[in-house]
Amino acid sequence: MTHAQKSDALSVVDCRQDFPALHQEINGHPLVYLDSAASAQQPESVIAAVASYQRHDHANVHRGVHTLSHRATDAYEGARDKIQAFINAANRSEIVLTSGATESINLVAQSFCRPALKSGDKILITHLEHHSNIVPWQLVCEQTGAELVVVPINTSGELDVEAFDQLLTADVAMVAIAHVSNALGSVNPVSDVIARAKSLDIPVLLDGAQGIPHMQIDVQALDCDFYAFSGHKMFAPTGTGVLYGRESLLDAMPPYQGGGDMILEVSFDGTIYNDLPYKFEAGTPNISGVIGLGAAIDYLQSIGMTEIAKHEEQLLVYMMQKLADIDGIRLIGTAAAKASVQSFLVDDIHPHDLGTILDHQGVAIRTGHHCAMPVMDFFGVPGTARASLALYNNNDDIDRLVGAINKARQIFG
Amino acid sequence: MNAVDIHSGDDLRDLYRELILDHARSPRHFGKLENATHTAEGINPLCGDKLRLFVRLNEQDNIAAASFEGSGCAISVASASLLTDMIIGLSVTQALDCFTAVTNRLTDPESFQEQDIGVDLSKIKALDGVREFPSRVKCATLAWHALNSAVGGQQTPVSTE
Repeated sequence: MTHAQKSDALSVVDCRQDFPALHQEINGHPLVYLDSAASAQQPESVIAAVASYQRHDHANVHRGVHTLSHRATDAYEGARDKIQAFINAANRSEIVLTSGATESINLVAQSFCRPALKSGDKILITHLEHHSNIVPWQLVCEQTGAELVVVPINTSGELDVEAFDQLLTADVAMVAIAHVSNALGSVNPVSDVIARAKSLDIPVLLDGAQGIPHMQIDVQALDCDFYAFSGHKMFAPTGTGVLYGRESLLDAMPPYQGGGDMILEVSFDGTIYNDLPYKFEAGTPNISGVIGLGAAIDYLQSIGMTEIAKHEEQLLVYMMQKLADIDGIRLIGTAAAKASVQSFLVDDIHPHDLGTILDHQGVAIRTGHHCAMPVMDFFGVPGTARASLALYNNNDDIDRLVGAINKARQIFG
Repeated sequence: MNAVDIHSGDDLRDLYRELILDHARSPRHFGKLENATHTAEGINPLCGDKLRLFVRLNEQDNIAAASFEGSGCAISVASASLLTDMIIGLSVTQALDCFTAVTNRLTDPESFQEQDIGVDLSKIKALDGVREFPSRVKCATLAWHALNSAVGGQQTPVSTE
């Protein structure tokens, strides 16, 4: 896209109108959607791309000689090219399409780590991980006798970098770390983490589920070995996801699942596996969802990730200030580097009660443990309320959030 | 403080009635019961409510004492508090009748018909507001399921999911 086109393109300010779901009333109030970290709404262009594919182009991919199969394959593989460009992967064979970040991480745990791990090896994660970047590693540790080692965080919700350095020993076989914490919004110092791990030849996986919607990702600049993310956090349909993997590593890994499409030749004596990335894509994939993911990337690029990051940073500062001004509020997650998320508690109101009262005023937030129970344990709380931002939010949304919290305080006052 | 905006507040006020807020702030019979003969845990994984109910039966199978501990939202704590208030002195059969009456009242209001089970259930009506909040019905019934589990024979923890 040229610079001239870009200046005429959508601005973040106007993009709200592109999301049909945002234009409805909930309990008699215009919807304020502050739960994009759980799942983001989809723009009209994504909805239209999926519908158009379903209406006109659907067939199975990589199989038929007929026209529809060609169209479906072109659209599906075209989306892979868009993903490759979006994260600046060196090669399209490094883009494995999955059902989501969860499957991407499980794939790495089972296909990359499990064959190589031995008793006494260590896998390094952090205290602020989502369950999807904890449990797959626990499983592979149980299977191999490896040990799961957890890098601590401080009371702001930041990674303890000194502890990381001490725990990063030669017997660490894998470092798996969130790019951005889903519960706290902390942006981890991933470049430092990767550089230190590289110096010891230790591979690094980044859980990018909360990173990809908010900032420009360049996997070559990051120099990570794996980057996992989900489509539905970045305005695409659910059931789509990506594992970026360094080609040399993917090449050496055995398949994750067996089935159709991941083979070149099958006989009962044995099977020759397909080339990358198809070796890891057994079975008919989520074709329409992936086409939607391609459309979501087009949409994000029409605005520009730099613009989006700038807009969200201003919003987050505004939200944190406005929330901090509320009497009786406790902000949880106050890292210096943050993106998009603020967890909080108000007085002694249980987050679930707060969530109900806010919903009654049309304000959608997440309440509970956010699939990060160890984070909740660390802060000594059963759960939090969490407001999360996306490119379509604005200051009015935050004012409505604050008004709704004050209403809850009156009811419980 | 500004006056409460009542424009959309009626359902909310109905959910968070004074009696509910009072029991949530100052739960009755809160804490572990020494010499409990029956106990069960109730877990609501959706919001993290986790309560443990204790019951002490005497030789006549009457509930001599009851208490609960744990953490949860206002609705689940208030419901547990009301429960303990209500069941002390009842027979096991009466307590299980209460479980049936309360859960039917909250989960199936269309076909629910009040029956005289010989127990004063009037305070339980304070929970009626949850019927307008489907996601909160489980909070209100959590302690009651734990009661059913504790004295009704089930031994495993109950979950609302």
